Amino acid sequence: MKVVNQRAWLFVLPVVILVAFNALIPMMTVVNYSVQETFGNNVFFWQGLDWFIQLMRSERFHAALGRQFMFTGLILLIEVPLGVIIALSMPKKGFWVPVCLVTMALPMLIPWNVVGAMWNIFTLPDIGLLGYFLNHTLGINYDMTQDPFAAWVTIITMDVWHWTSLVVLLSYAGLVSIPDAYYQAAKIDGASNWSVFRYIQLPKMKRVLTIAVLLRFMDSFNIYTEPFVLTGGGPGNSTTLLSIDLVKIALGQFDLGPAAAMSLIYFAITLLVSWLFYTIMTKDEN
Amino acid sequence: MAKITLSQLRHSYDPEAITEDEFALKMIDLDWDDGGAYALLGPSGCGKSTLLNIISGLLEPSEGRVLFDDKDVTHLPPDQRNIAQVFQFPVIYDTMSVYDNLAFPLRNRGVASDKVDARVREIAEMLEVTEMLKVRAANLSPDNKQKISMGRGLVRDDVNVVMFDEPLTVIDPHLKWKLRSKLKELHQRVRATMIYVTHDQTEALTFADQVVVMQDGLIVQIGTPVELFERPAHTFVGHFIGSPGMNVLPAEVRDGAAFFNGTQVALEGAISDRDGKPEIGVRPEYVGIAKSGLEATVKKVADIGRHNVVEAMLGDLRVNAIVEADPPAQGDTVHLAFKPEQTRLYRDGWLATEGAAS
Repeated sequence: MKVVNQRAWLFVLPVVILVAFNALIPMMTVVNYSVQETFGNNVFFWQGLDWFIQLMRSERFHAALGRQFMFTGLILLIEVPLGVIIALSMPKKGFWVPVCLVTMALPMLIPWNVVGAMWNIFTLPDIGLLGYFLNHTLGINYDMTQDPFAAWVTIITMDVWHWTSLVVLLSYAGLVSIPDAYYQAAKIDGASNWSVFRYIQLPKMKRVLTIAVLLRFMDSFNIYTEPFVLTGGGPGNSTTLLSIDLVKIALGQFDLGPAAAMSLIYFAITLLVSWLFYTIMTKDEN
Repeated sequence: MAKITLSQLRHSYDPEAITEDEFALKMIDLDWDDGGAYALLGPSGCGKSTLLNIISGLLEPSEGRVLFDDKDVTHLPPDQRNIAQVFQFPVIYDTMSVYDNLAFPLRNRGVASDKVDARVREIAEMLEVTEMLKVRAANLSPDNKQKISMGRGLVRDDVNVVMFDEPLTVIDPHLKWKLRSKLKELHQRVRATMIYVTHDQTEALTFADQVVVMQDGLIVQIGTPVELFERPAHTFVGHFIGSPGMNVLPAEVRDGAAFFNGTQVALEGAISDRDGKPEIGVRPEYVGIAKSGLEATVKKVADIGRHNVVEAMLGDLRVNAIVEADPPAQGDTVHLAFKPEQTRLYRDGWLATEGAAS
C-alpha cells in the first residue's frame, strides 16, 4: 500500500514562499497594471485587454521587436560558430590551458554598464582609440553616434567581445570530456578532420551548445544596460531594442499600463522561443 | 596482410627518460607472422597497450623500428598503416545509424557502395546485429555498442592486422564466451593477423595460437598455450598462467644439483650456465602426495569440483598440490613428491635447466 505523508508539503513551503515573493507577486502586479490605466495619484481605471490590442497593432512595437530579433539573431550567428572555433583551437593540456581559460573568462567578469561605457569611449570618433584610429588614420568614416550602421556594428561587436567567451568555455568543457579513444578510433577509421568534428566533437558538444545558445538567446533578448550606455538607443531609434523601448514607455512616459502589457508579451516571446528551441534540441534524446 | 616486425623497440612516456625504470617498454624484439592469432597477455601496467599503440601508430616509439613486411612504418600515422583496432570501451559514432557506423571505415577509404553494403551485411550477420542496422547507434545497449565497435574493426578485409585492446571488458559474461569463439571462427575464415590484448589468461589461451606474455615492459615468453603451461620460461609465466600458479621454492645449487632445505630435488635436466638467485619451480599439477619426499603439513584442502587443491606448509613456505582423489585431511603430515620432468630450476626468474626436448 502506498503511504501518503502530507508533511512533505511543509518542506516545500520555504521554496514556495521564496518563489512567490521574488517572481509570482511582482509578476502579478505587472498583470494587474496591464489591464488598467492610471494618471497618477494611485487612481486606476479598468481597461481590459485594450493595451494588448493596441500594442499588437503598434508599429513602434513591431519595429522594436524586429530590431530585437535582428540583434539576437546576429550575435548568435557570430558568437556560436566563433566560440566553437576558439574552443577547438584551445590547447587540451599543459601550461597554456589555465592562461587561455582565465583570459577567456575576463570579459564576462566586467560589469555590464562598465562594458557599455568602455566601448562608448573606445569608439567615440574623435577621442576614442578605435574611433580615432578608424577615422583619422585609416580614413574610414565611422561615427556610431550619427550613423545607424556604425551603431549596429558597435553594439554587435561589443556583445561578441563580452559574451563569446561563454560559448567558448561551455564548448571547451564539452570537448575535453571526449575520451581519447574516440580520436584514436577516428584516426584508425581514416576519418577526415571534418568527419571528426561532424561525428565526434559536434555530437558530444550538443548538450552544452544547447545550453550556451539558450543562455545567449535569453540574455541577448533581454539586453538593456550595454546598448543603453553605449548608444542610448540611437541614433534616432535605430538601436532601440525592446527593453530600451520598454523602459522609455514605463519610466520615461510613465505609461504603466502599456508598459506592463508589453512586458508580458516580451516575457511570453522569450519563454516561447526558449521552450521551442530546447524541445527541438532534446527531442531525440531517450 | 603483412608480417610485422618490431625491432629494438623502447618507449618511455617521458622524453627525457634515462634509467631503465622510466621505460614502459624495455627492448622489444618480436616478429608477428602473417595470419597468426596472437594474444598479448600480462598484468595491468605491463606495457601491453603501449606496445599495441606503437604497432597501430597512435604512439611513436622512443627508440627502435616497426616494420610491416620489411617496410619501415615507424613514423607513419595510423590511417596509412592499414590496420584496424578495437578499443577497451565502445567507441561509436552516436549520431550515425549502426549501418553507417559499420560502413564508416570503408567509406572513408572510398570503397564502392555495393562492396560496402556486402561487407556491412556480412559483419552484421556475424555479430548478430542485422535487425539493428537502421537503429541510431546512441540508442544501443553497452553490449551492442561494443559489438558495433568490434564490427568496425573487422569490416575491412584488406588490413595488415586487427588489434583488440581488452575488447570484452564491458561485455556480459555469457556474451563474452560467444564473441570470443566468434572471433576465433572469424580468424580461421579470413586468416588476418590478429593481436588480442588481455590480462585474462582464459581469454588469451582460448583465442590465440601464440601467446606473448609481458611483464614490466619486457616479453618474458612467447609460445603456444600448452608450451606456456608445460614449460614456463620465467617464474612470472608460471605464476601468472595456471590456477593456482606454479610453486616457487628458494633453492641452493651445489655440484650441479639443486637442493631445498638440504634435500636434493630432481630436475628435468642439467642446470644451464646462468647466474642469479636460484629457485625451484613446479606446478601444483605435478606435486603429488607420496610415501617419501619433503615433509609438509596440510593447511587447507579445497575441493574445486574436478580435483582438490591441497595447500601444504613446507616450514613457513606454502606449496600447492593438485590431488585427484583421497585428499589428506587438514593438519595431516604428508610427503610431497615433485615429478622430476616437470621440476625446473630458475635463476633470477629465468629458466635455467635444459629440457629433454632442447
